Amino acid sequence: MAKQGRPHPYIPNSVPEVKQEMLRLVGAKDADELYREMIPGRLLMKRQLRLPEPLTGELELRRHVEHILCGDATTDEYVSFLGGGCWKHYVPEVCDVVAGRSEFLTAYAGGSHSDLGRYQANFEFQSLICELLGMEVSGIPTYDWGAAAGNSVRMAARLTGRRRVLVPANMSPARLSIMRNFCDSAQQGAGLDVEVVGMDAETGAVDLADLKHRLGETVACVYFENPNYLGVVEAGGAEISDLAHGAGAESVCGVDPISLGVLAPPSDYGVDIACGEAQPLGIHMHAGGGGCGFIASRDEERYVAEYPLRLVSLAETAEPGEYGFGQALYERTSYMARENAKDWVGTTTALWGITAAVYMSLLGPEGMRELGETILQKSHYAAELLAELPGVGVPFGGFFKEFPVTFTGRTVKEINRGLLGRRIFGGKDLSGEFPALGPSALYCVTEVHTAEQIEALVEALRGVLA
Amino acid sequence: MKPRGYHAARWGEPIIHELTSPGERGLIPPGAEERIKERVGDTSRLIPEQMRRRAKPGLPEMSQAQVLRHYLRLSQMTLGMELGIDIGVGTCTMKYSPKVNEALAQMMAEVHPEQPEETIQGLLRVLYEFGGVFLREISGMDAFSFQPPGGSAGAYNNALMMRRYHQVHGEPWRDEAVTTIFSHPCDAACPATAGYKVVTLYPDPETGLPDTEALKEAVGPRTAGCFITNPEDTGIFNKQIDEWTGIVHDAGGLCSYDQANANAIMGVTRAREAGFDMCFFNLHKTFSSPHGSSGPGSAAIGVTEELEPYLPVPVVVKRGRGYSLDYDRPLSIGRVRDFMGNVQAVVRSYAWCMALGAEGIREAAEVSMINNQYLSERLRRMRGVSLPFGGRRLDQARWSLAGLKEETGIGVQEVNNRLVDYGVQSMFTSHHPWLVPEPFTPEPCDTYSRADIDYWADALETVIGEAYADPELVKAAPHRSSNHNVVDGGFDDPARWAMSWRAYVRKRGEKR
Repeated sequence: MAKQGRPHPYIPNSVPEVKQEMLRLVGAKDADELYREMIPGRLLMKRQLRLPEPLTGELELRRHVEHILCGDATTDEYVSFLGGGCWKHYVPEVCDVVAGRSEFLTAYAGGSHSDLGRYQANFEFQSLICELLGMEVSGIPTYDWGAAAGNSVRMAARLTGRRRVLVPANMSPARLSIMRNFCDSAQQGAGLDVEVVGMDAETGAVDLADLKHRLGETVACVYFENPNYLGVVEAGGAEISDLAHGAGAESVCGVDPISLGVLAPPSDYGVDIACGEAQPLGIHMHAGGGGCGFIASRDEERYVAEYPLRLVSLAETAEPGEYGFGQALYERTSYMARENAKDWVGTTTALWGITAAVYMSLLGPEGMRELGETILQKSHYAAELLAELPGVGVPFGGFFKEFPVTFTGRTVKEINRGLLGRRIFGGKDLSGEFPALGPSALYCVTEVHTAEQIEALVEALRGVLA
Repeated sequence: MKPRGYHAARWGEPIIHELTSPGERGLIPPGAEERIKERVGDTSRLIPEQMRRRAKPGLPEMSQAQVLRHYLRLSQMTLGMELGIDIGVGTCTMKYSPKVNEALAQMMAEVHPEQPEETIQGLLRVLYEFGGVFLREISGMDAFSFQPPGGSAGAYNNALMMRRYHQVHGEPWRDEAVTTIFSHPCDAACPATAGYKVVTLYPDPETGLPDTEALKEAVGPRTAGCFITNPEDTGIFNKQIDEWTGIVHDAGGLCSYDQANANAIMGVTRAREAGFDMCFFNLHKTFSSPHGSSGPGSAAIGVTEELEPYLPVPVVVKRGRGYSLDYDRPLSIGRVRDFMGNVQAVVRSYAWCMALGAEGIREAAEVSMINNQYLSERLRRMRGVSLPFGGRRLDQARWSLAGLKEETGIGVQEVNNRLVDYGVQSMFTSHHPWLVPEPFTPEPCDTYSRADIDYWADALETVIGEAYADPELVKAAPHRSSNHNVVDGGFDDPARWAMSWRAYVRKRGEKR
């Protein structure tokens, strides 16, 4: 720091006298001398890094970053109908307060005494999400829905010793890409074969006839989503599970937990492994950084033994009436078993799991039901109004929160450009992902939208399409 | 110096389900306007009957202050880095996450990742410049992506790129990945998940140095590549690392560098000169993004020009004066994470680097390394403590309490249980297997002052003194922490483990 001549506020021992004194105590003239002892000279950088001039003052730094980011639009400034795996929901203030607590924000890998609260909050996430799902086991959440789904189908493949994975055509293409990566293998012929089951063109749900046709004794699992990527509630969930079980396969379902105040839990329709995305539960979108994937199942040893996640288990301490925590079957994790582990575990999304626990506690059973009803009402209101516009169609009923909107005569790109001029983010363009729908966009309507905003969307579209 | 008389919060907080009070409400969610309700009518008609929820979920019913109080109490029983001197959690680089960066990252909280590109030019610029300017210079690599949402996900991503590379180059038979036992476990587990047969090399038993002869024997026509942490978890830098990458390249493999913790070598030595094809940095370690009780984190993956086409999509590119997301990359591995990854971590890390600049980043590295030499001087003088393999280490070192255990019966677990009585976080021991017996791995990174390091060392020295003078005191620890020891938790017993309250109640009965 000689050039600035000032110690850096983030580096206490950059005070020159302190640094020199510490060097003296360890018997070295300077840092270079120590580095040369540990790293061969041919690998040492001979020059200083070439980087932009620093902004060591906090205000200067803040102004610099704010200047870059303040031009970006947010969904608070524009009315957004974007969803497709990341959704705008209302985040209660208490969620932000707890997620921002220094203790949770900056803890990491401490022990179960000094981090008792972290362990308990992790456990409570597992416990609360299990209540929504009708399951008994979950773990510290993983990265996102895609990773959770990838882990889930690999669990099913290990459980059954089979190699075919059936997935629905109505799943998110991005999630499918993640899953294909999980299923492919560097060992030739050892990977899992991902097969896409058709979509019923009338309903947007899984084509059960095609599913039956593909099922057989080589299928490890049937993976489906409820509501699916297109927002459609899979009315045939129980039949899908029955068909899977009839073939000796596992039923794996990805769900949006915000729907579970009004939608049946996956345990009701025979699902063995549930997974999904917890971002709607009190976590901001963070431009996609709010992802938080969960996995859950019944409490059976065969399932528990296949989880890659850390599983926090409740127990008692030596002190009567006092709780303690530990990790179940820790030997199965990559921290213990390295390449022999169940997939891998690492730094995932524990803070979002804690935040989701706060959310579920705040909402409670009544709040989740009311919220689900509001989303149903608003999203169907929007769909009904949109369907009345000339040249606009809403092909599927029976949806929750999201629905495709089809257009004739105009591309979604043109339409969304027109909406943007009216400070609206139109739905996500599906035209490339689902060409069979024609020009189409996935619209997402949640509890945050007002009747006025929905009506304004309809009028804006009327104008754009005119 | 005797460490201060600390006592952790001990709220004896019930599990949240026990706090339920029927009828109470923590939040009233937004409702629909009357005209919406009138138009839409009964919501039950909107869902297929068999898919309607019948039984209410067993969530607690609590008022808002009671929910907040419960979670604040849990937070008080969590010794986050900002409250403690978190030197013991080594390999994790528990450095300060500047609060201003937290505020700046929040500017993106309500941005949707699929917004039109012109509405997120600032965010795309941060992603582009942090990779293309800062990390490119720090690593010498050519291109970066931030899609992997954690360090292990970075290693996994690199295994996928390696797999795709060999498939594209017509050598799909390359199905072996080489790592070392002192590389992080993800360097074995992630290639294994990608289907690789993992070959693990052990160090020279005398020096602890990675064994170059063993590598030469391990590679061959089936070698896809290597996954190496360097400096290893022991803090030992492999002085032949460029020879290693050469050996793997000569066998036709690719080299992935686990730089999760690069804290001592920023501005000192780079992945490029060491001969790596791919690397990754953990933004939640070296680059100051907070650890979040274990995520969300971020791995910044860097690759050479040759590997750039394999990066996950989308890739941020600069077109004219603007930035955009490029999905049209036929050789790409596709996706490892939905959207662009944990971009809030990138905003924070960008701000951290801007606050430091070239000199500051080098200073952070130097100070981390010097801090470790200083701590090592203190540890060397402690009874019962040893440094297996000896030598000088970079920013962390794997020490052993085997001597203490032999002389007192007190091992690292008991020491950890007692350390927390002094307001010091339990130490990270070692990943498994424990080649170093009774291990601990302190890392006094750039955040900690000389006084902090002395406090931490004093606490450890005090506990060691107690172990010799009064081992029963240490065995019965903790005495001043948030709870006591679990004697037999049944964590491996299907009849007793409980990953949810409903499972606990079923297994233990209504009353505990």
